Amino acid sequence: MAEKITVMDPRGYPPKVEGKRLASRPESLEGKVLYLIDCLFDNADVFMEQLRLWFAENMPSVETRTIKPRESWVDDPEMRAKVVEHGDVAIIGVGL
Amino acid sequence: MGFALELEKAGIPTIPVSTHAFARLARATTLAAGMPTVRNAFVPQPVVGLSPGELRAYIEGIDPVAKKPFMEVVLDGLTGPLTDEDYKGATFERTTPRFLEPDTEDNLRQLFIEQGWTDYLPIILPTEQRVEAMLKGTSHAGDKFVNRMSPTSFREKWDFDVEKVAINAVMAGARPEYLPVILALCSSGFSARSSSTTSWATISMINGPIRSEIGMNSGIGALGPYNHANATIGRAYCLLSMNAQGGSEPGNTYMGSVGNNWNYTACFAENEEQSPWAPFHVDKGHKAEESTAAIFFGGWYTQAGFGPRESWQEKFIRCLTAADHFSPPFILMDPLVARDFQKLGFTKRSLIEWCAENAKMKAKYYWDDQWTTTLVKPHAVAGVEPFASRLAAAPDDLISIFQPDDIEIVVTGGETQGAFKMISGRLVGGRGPRAAGQGGSGLISIDEWR
Repeated sequence: MAEKITVMDPRGYPPKVEGKRLASRPESLEGKVLYLIDCLFDNADVFMEQLRLWFAENMPSVETRTIKPRESWVDDPEMRAKVVEHGDVAIIGVGL
Repeated sequence: MGFALELEKAGIPTIPVSTHAFARLARATTLAAGMPTVRNAFVPQPVVGLSPGELRAYIEGIDPVAKKPFMEVVLDGLTGPLTDEDYKGATFERTTPRFLEPDTEDNLRQLFIEQGWTDYLPIILPTEQRVEAMLKGTSHAGDKFVNRMSPTSFREKWDFDVEKVAINAVMAGARPEYLPVILALCSSGFSARSSSTTSWATISMINGPIRSEIGMNSGIGALGPYNHANATIGRAYCLLSMNAQGGSEPGNTYMGSVGNNWNYTACFAENEEQSPWAPFHVDKGHKAEESTAAIFFGGWYTQAGFGPRESWQEKFIRCLTAADHFSPPFILMDPLVARDFQKLGFTKRSLIEWCAENAKMKAKYYWDDQWTTTLVKPHAVAGVEPFASRLAAAPDDLISIFQPDDIEIVVTGGETQGAFKMISGRLVGGRGPRAAGQGGSGLISIDEWR
């Protein structure tokens, strides 16, 4: 029988994960402000515009506002603050 | 995904929309953020290049992950009542033990492969004895914190210490005397295993006395598999990156579409002795007797040629304009080429300036690029120069695609041929957008890790 040996774990140390709850949901989108966040990936603006048109045609009571972060993959606290202050719900896309 | 998580935390119900190829990544990211029930919606891949009508069909079609109408998933996600799981999220602690369970060598080798801890080439198993021997290569204690790393900016960062670097150095087959170089590279916190879909890699260059102390190759075959130190230092940095950051697993922690062979190993030394110019690190403000590491982030393309011949200017312009502008080149010259440029009257700086001045393309071609559209255009729209001027240019106007600070020149090779390469690679910590600038020269001290 082959000898057993002990070796060391090559992985780093992961951070502890703290659970966070989701935001409370409205019962419907009637009269709500929906932010459509264009995350700036190539052609995401075209997708979000089609999404805006879908809501205009199918759920006209939803007020859609399109917004963009300053750049891709980088947090934009000012943009987030605007969504939190003026919005009720959000859709962000399209992540590749 | 980061925006969606932050907005949910701030009380805004948010649906992140991604293409289906990113479903595993989305799940892993939300789990690691403690919000595993984030309500994602997916459309088919690709989105890039599709017409408005084709994208509208996605919206009116089926979510390929949920197998339900896309808009049903979106609307349910925004208005569906919260479940118990939604309220509590997920709190958990992940640990990585110092030692693995004892087993046979064959079984442990299989375990390392199955867990994705190797590059699928044979490794040296990191026994405690071997790791202790490796640690003799540095004066620093094994439990000294080195840095933290993640495969991409929106993933959680994992910590690693000197011992973790030593473990991966053992696996790579490195010798203890290489450890200060490996520690310096890893201390950047810059991953050699980026998860980007663009299949990036890092290419490292070493300057200073340590090159000869540990026998690095800057002569014939400097970039190839012809030197123990070059090969194993680069490999150790790659292995540490994948293991310290929580993995480099396709579909989860690695999304590079075509992959990159520089991800196995990519480290060489500058041929300071045969270069007609000052060493790279001296140009950056370091003393010649200091040893430093430079990390070039790129590996996206390589152009090559001979020179400088009579038509070298045309050749350089062809290479530079074929070099994608979002990842500027470092120009790697055999000493023969460098000396010939010197004879033509060039310094490194004046040649770099010539390159920046003469690398031009029509604005319409510059902007018709996925990366430029995604990452550069927002800067242009915000008025940041030189991007704003490039955006303002008429479609057929010729615009400069590089600035002098984008381009570097290094000298290596064995003088068997007057060859040069232009390799995609922005100096990490150097100037320019997305250079992960850390101030200073951009170079990393190796001496601090001796």
